[in-house]
Amino acid sequence: MRPTNFTRRILYWLSVAMGLVLAIVPLPEWLSPVRPDLALLAVIYWILTSPRIAGLGYAWLAGLFLDVLHGMTLGQHALGFVLVAFLTHRAQLRMRMFPILHQAGAVMVLLAVYHFVIFWTDGLTGHGYTGWNRWLPVLSGALLWPLIVAAGDTLTRRSR
Amino acid sequence: MVELSHDSRPIIGRGPPLGATFLTLALASVALMVADKRYNQLEQVREWLSAAAYPVQAAVDLPFRAWDWVTDSFADRSRLREENLELTARLRLANLQLQRFAALEDENRRLRDMRENSAGVADRVLVASIMNVDLDPFRHRVLVDKGARDGVFKGQAVLDAEGIFGQVSQVHAETAEVILISDAEHAIPVQSNRSGLRTIAVGTGDSDRLSLPFVTVESDLKAGDLLISTGIGGVFPRGYPVAEVTRVDRTAAATFALVDARPTARLDRNREVLLVWFTPPVAPLEPAADATGATAAAPAAAEPVAAAPPAAEPAAQPAAEQPR
Repeated sequence: MRPTNFTRRILYWLSVAMGLVLAIVPLPEWLSPVRPDLALLAVIYWILTSPRIAGLGYAWLAGLFLDVLHGMTLGQHALGFVLVAFLTHRAQLRMRMFPILHQAGAVMVLLAVYHFVIFWTDGLTGHGYTGWNRWLPVLSGALLWPLIVAAGDTLTRRSR
Repeated sequence: MVELSHDSRPIIGRGPPLGATFLTLALASVALMVADKRYNQLEQVREWLSAAAYPVQAAVDLPFRAWDWVTDSFADRSRLREENLELTARLRLANLQLQRFAALEDENRRLRDMRENSAGVADRVLVASIMNVDLDPFRHRVLVDKGARDGVFKGQAVLDAEGIFGQVSQVHAETAEVILISDAEHAIPVQSNRSGLRTIAVGTGDSDRLSLPFVTVESDLKAGDLLISTGIGGVFPRGYPVAEVTRVDRTAAATFALVDARPTARLDRNREVLLVWFTPPVAPLEPAADATGATAAAPAAAEPVAAAPPAAEPAAQPAAEQPR
């Protein structure tokens, strides 16, 4: 265990925890459907920058905790998180090379996959909300991606 | 740095291959979902996990609560005076009505006692406040700050000052999740106050609208009718306002009319709600030691347990007699 890895690990956990907290902070009603999935974005970011630290198990745990916080069927977000983490791991060598806008597009695809999993499991468990605005976080998350990268890079550079 | 495999974790101590980990975790998620939804096996696990979640929720709630407290404590004098005047006026009105109702209630109780049917009248309430925590934006659920420790049980009726608010859907140690009557998964038996027509009001996912899908075209219901709870099903106390009919659309060709109603409870604005215990028809059972009541699927069966006064903790002291 080198110290850099250790600090990164802590940063990873803190950022995901922050994302989870921000997932339940009350927003005004009109803004609430747009809320980006910050915890998932943090997971994606850390898998891209330090794949040796950010494994699938952590992503799964974060998703499970989100289920508990939201009072959903246990395992829904966990499944979405672990699927996205897996896909990101598979694609990370390519995604790291992408220019930032291109990367944001790839993140949008990942978010769409995640929301499809939630949508699908929602339908299976009986909460079928089919309105168009449930897909808004895909867009807001992709738009936020460059900011996340900028913030994360500043953090990791300082901790290096 | 250059690695040919997409798996860039260290070769030594790498652990199982990525695909295997993924499959295991995905299967674990699916198993969790099935166990939770299909077999309701995870009450205990959920309780532990939500105990872990509580500090987070409380931390999110705290600043908002503190801000409310600050604005309350430093409220300026004129606003307080205004509020005071308004409340006094309302209290006077309410007292006036109460005098009229007291006699009626006595009479009603006597008549009901004659029929040995005084069940369903709310007799103990506990004020809970809604936590400033957002759950899923597309489901109408809120988190309140009273839980199993205060004797809250699954299926308990939740009211606000204006009418029926919802019912408890999950109980944790310190908190409880309440499903609002406007949630698309919720249905409540109602009765028209004017014509006595009985039907069911289901939520629509819109906090201003309930829908009454089972009203036939020729039934006696019109816009402006007050819908009250019937007490059928044993979850809600009888006779509380639920909604006001806003629209009745009758097409001669259809069997059912299109009926919408607006909930009387202030579903989207309220911060304080009332958890209600109501008298079971028989004497309360022994004070059960487990105050969870969470596993009791049938709320009617859970009520005698939760309503047993010795089980109530000091926190339940402010519970007032509910004037009806």
